[in-house]
Formats: sequence, structure tokens, C-alpha cells
Amino acid sequence: MTTTGIAAAARPPAVEVHGVHKWFGGRRVLDGVSLTVAPGTVTVILGRSGSGKSTLLRVLNHLEKPEAGHVSIGGEPIGVRRQGNRLRELRESAILAQRSRIGFVFQNFNLFPHLTLLDNVAAAPVATGRLSRQQAQTLARELLTRVGLGDRTGAYPRQLSGGQQQRVAIARALALRPGVILFDEPTSALDPELVGEVLSVIRDLATGGTTLVIVTHEIGFAREVADEIVFLHEGRIVEQGPPARVLDRPEHPRTREFLSRVL
Amino acid sequence: MATPSDVSDVPATPAAPAGSPPKRPGPPGAPGADAPPVVPRRHVGRLLSAAAALLVLAMVLVSVVRNEAFQWEVVGQYFTTSAVLDGLLLTLWLTGAVMVLGFLLGTLLAVMRLSANPVLRTLSWGYVWIFRSTPLLVQLLFWFNIGALYPTLALGLPYGPRLFTVQTVNLLGPTLTAVIGLTLHESAYAAEVVRGGILSVDPGQTEAAQALGLSRSRTLRRIVVPQAMRSIVPTAGNMLIGTLKGTSIVSVLAVHDLLYSVQLVYNQNYRVIPLLMVATLWYIAVTTVLSAGQYHVERYYARGTSRGLPPTPLQRLRVRLTGLRARLHAVTAPGGR
Repeated sequence: MTTTGIAAAARPPAVEVHGVHKWFGGRRVLDGVSLTVAPGTVTVILGRSGSGKSTLLRVLNHLEKPEAGHVSIGGEPIGVRRQGNRLRELRESAILAQRSRIGFVFQNFNLFPHLTLLDNVAAAPVATGRLSRQQAQTLARELLTRVGLGDRTGAYPRQLSGGQQQRVAIARALALRPGVILFDEPTSALDPELVGEVLSVIRDLATGGTTLVIVTHEIGFAREVADEIVFLHEGRIVEQGPPARVLDRPEHPRTREFLSRVL
Repeated sequence: MATPSDVSDVPATPAAPAGSPPKRPGPPGAPGADAPPVVPRRHVGRLLSAAAALLVLAMVLVSVVRNEAFQWEVVGQYFTTSAVLDGLLLTLWLTGAVMVLGFLLGTLLAVMRLSANPVLRTLSWGYVWIFRSTPLLVQLLFWFNIGALYPTLALGLPYGPRLFTVQTVNLLGPTLTAVIGLTLHESAYAAEVVRGGILSVDPGQTEAAQALGLSRSRTLRRIVVPQAMRSIVPTAGNMLIGTLKGTSIVSVLAVHDLLYSVQLVYNQNYRVIPLLMVATLWYIAVTTVLSAGQYHVERYYARGTSRGLPPTPLQRLRVRLTGLRARLHAVTAPGGR
């Protein structure tokens, strides 16, 4: 939400995507995507289903390995390291350490059903050795309270509504104090009346100055929180800019067609 | 009015506490208390079929108890002799050892089979293929005759100097041979059970753990296996009971398990039937204990999987007894309604 003119120039970009290509079998999913996200901004990725939005997001934290190109988060290449003028694949443990600095919120929450809410949120800081069990649980309580579930810390995920589960998933992502949080269609699996509670949590994060990259179909929400809209079509970015331009005066025919269908 | 047993299948309202008797016309203050009462349907066919089944059961029981050939006094006489109890102990020990070792090896095989390394994957597949493709008895006979294949066993470096050499027959007694043979066979099945359990866990769980920076082994131990246990435990319980009874096959190797122990006795006194009955009753007793244990292990791993678990039979009994006592009290108390 904040304008980042001078601050952004001083710091490296939060996210940089350099010419990423990705194939699934014989199908090209990402076709030379390049993108820069300034720190503290909110970027919303739009596009029809199958346009490569989710894949792009999963490439950002190396859940998918790109066939060509690479991604940097906070100036650090993800999954690879520079050696001379080539990139070498990192060891598993190094990739995991990088991932723990990137928050990821899944469409289907993917909470751990056999753990209480408290343990769901506290698991990662303990596992990565950042906090003691005690500290992690204190933090987890704090974060659950922040997403409005401070009174349900002992409950199991399946005892909650979808909206509540997604709020827990956001708290779980926040527990690692990530520099960037990626949201993969965070409200697509929710009943319409539950969408609002999740969006309001994301809105708080957006105004709080965390860098967010969000894949969503909620155009109204995108208009409200986004600093930058990226429109993806068949694995390419066809249009990009502030919501006022991309959503209200789209230039590319694909963007116009998409918006006329969803608005 | 119908008898309580007639209406026991009419579902009580879900809100009612589990122990409350289902038949209590119109609890006070319930909505529609003035509506005409519903008279439950009578299940005549059900009553008749139950009576017929009970009659057959009674006839079988009477014939078993009154048949002199069972020689129940001999059963009682041998049931707790030290020879039988020693045999039972060895059977239990064998079952426990084979189950633990089999599942340890089986888990390793399952992880190999699911790994990204094609060599490990193929080896694991080949192991399971071999050990599931041959009868257990044949395998045991092979292990029993291993001394013919490898007369000596040596400890040393591969193709290097030997540090330690031992005669195979001296190292491997019948009991150890039985443990090895049963374990190798068991592990092939355990591998498939564990693999199935791991595959039953939503891949999103592994992805979420990866996204949080959890290592592969921690993801497996903390996230995947606890959830896989839900589908592993029922099958493993089944296997445990199978293994308990399956150990009786080692009696052909002259291992003094429960079956072989009673065989030794009846080979001397020719009281075959009552002594087989002794073994049978012990197998049933142990299996019963194991089934009860399995029920509770399953409940443990079911936590978080549904909004609430039904009460255990013991809890149900306790609630029912409390309800019965309250009703008795209400009847016997002076001025009770």
C-alpha cells in the first residue's frame, strides 16, 4: 500500500524473476517470465485458470524448479548459488533454509490435521531451530490472537471452518517472520461468506508493510490492496501496472476479455 | 408399550447424552410434548431370527461341553503347566521380535521404494517381490539349511582380511533361525503396508512442510508418518494377529513354541484333542488382548481427524451403569417419581 520511491532504490527488490521457463511434460507453463517486486508492496497476479499463476508462485519458493531462468528473493538467488558465471544447484538443507524465509499460504490450507492449532503454528520455528519450544508457543499464541483465534489454540484444524483454517495457515506462515508472503488463491476453497474474514487478515498484512504476492480471483480485493497488478496469459506477462490502469483501462485484448468476464 | 429391546435401534436424538435410555416418552419440557406418541414398529422377523440363531448356538455349546472326547479336565490340568507356559512365552517373544524387526526393516524398504533414487527403488521392489513370491515354510526350511549353503560366516572387510569366522550351525540355533526367517518374510508385507500408509497422506502435507523449511526426515517423522499411522494401524494389527498364529509354523523347525510344546506332550500321552484345545484357548486369549489394544491405538492416531470420537465400549458401559443406578435409585427412593 505504501509508495516506496526512495526506500526501494536503497534496498534490493523483494522478489526478482529472471526469464523463468517451466514445462510440465511437453506443456509449456511459464514462458520467459520476468518480474520485479519492490519491498513492502502488494502484487496481485491475475489470469485465467491454466495461465501459470500458481506455477509462478510455486517457482518463487522453489516448490517447482524452473527449467530455465532463476528467482531472487531479497537479492539472494533461490535454489541456486552463483559460481563464476554459472548457477549451481544448492543442497537440500540450504534450499529449506531459504524457503523458511518465504511464507506460503495454500489454496487448501494444508494445515497438519494431527496437530493442534498451537502446534501447527509453533512447529516450523522449532523445527528450523530458530526458537525454543516455549518461545515458539508464546509466538504462536500471539499470532493466533492476531488472526482472531486466540481462544482456540488447543483445537484441531478439522474442528474449524474453512475461513478459520485459512487464518491459522496465515498465522503459521507468519511464525517464521518471512520477508515475503506468497498467497496461492487463499479464498478459492472457501464459502462466499467466509472470504471476508480471510481477506481482512491479508489486508492488515498489506497495510503493515509486508511484501505480498497474491494469486486471486477477487478483483475487488485486488483493486483495494494491490500496488501492482500482473496479468498472466499462457505463461507470459501480457500486462502489468497499477490497478487503476490495468483494471480500468486495460490495453491488452486478453486482459480486457478476462476482466469483462469476471467483473 | 414395547419392550426396551424393541426400540433400541430407534436412533436417540443426537443431542441426548450417550447413556440416557432411548425410551422415555416425552422428556419433560421437550417440544411437542402434547403431540400424540409414536408407537414403535414391532420387528417380528428380527425376533424370530435371533431366537433361531441363539438356539443353534446353545446346541453347539452344549455339544462341545458335554462331549467327553474334549476331556475338559485334561485341558484344565495342562492349561498352566510350565511346559505350556514356556511355549506360550516363546510364541509371544517370537511374535514381538518378528513384528518389531519386520516393521523396522519394512519401513526402511518402504522409504527406499518411495525415494528418488532408482537403484534403491528397484532393490526394494525386488526384495518384496522375492519374499512375497515364496511360501513362508519354504523360506524357513531354506534358512534352517543355510549351513549347507554357507558353512562358515566371517566378519571382515569386503574382499579383504577376515577378522572373525564362525561355523554357521553354531551361530544360528533354531530360534534365531526362526526369528530371521519370519522377520524377512514379515518385512516384505510390512513394507507394502507402510508404503500404502505413506501414500494415503495428502501430498499437500509434504508440500506445506517443505514450504515451512522442515527437513525431509523431520517431515516424514513428524508430519507424514503420524498421519499414515491411521491407515497402517488396522492392517498392522491384522498382521500382528496373523504373525502370532503364523509363528506356529516354526514347530516344524523343532522350535519350542506354544504349538510344539503341546505336541511334545501329546506325543507322549496321546491326549491330542485336549492338548490342541489348550493351545487354541491360549491363542484366542492373546488375540483378544491384542484386538483390544489395537482398538485403543487406533483411537490414539485418530485424534484431530474428526470433530469428536465416539465413546469406547468401557466408557459406554460406565455411562450406562450410572444411568441404571440413577433409575434404580429413583425407583427405590421413597416418594420417587
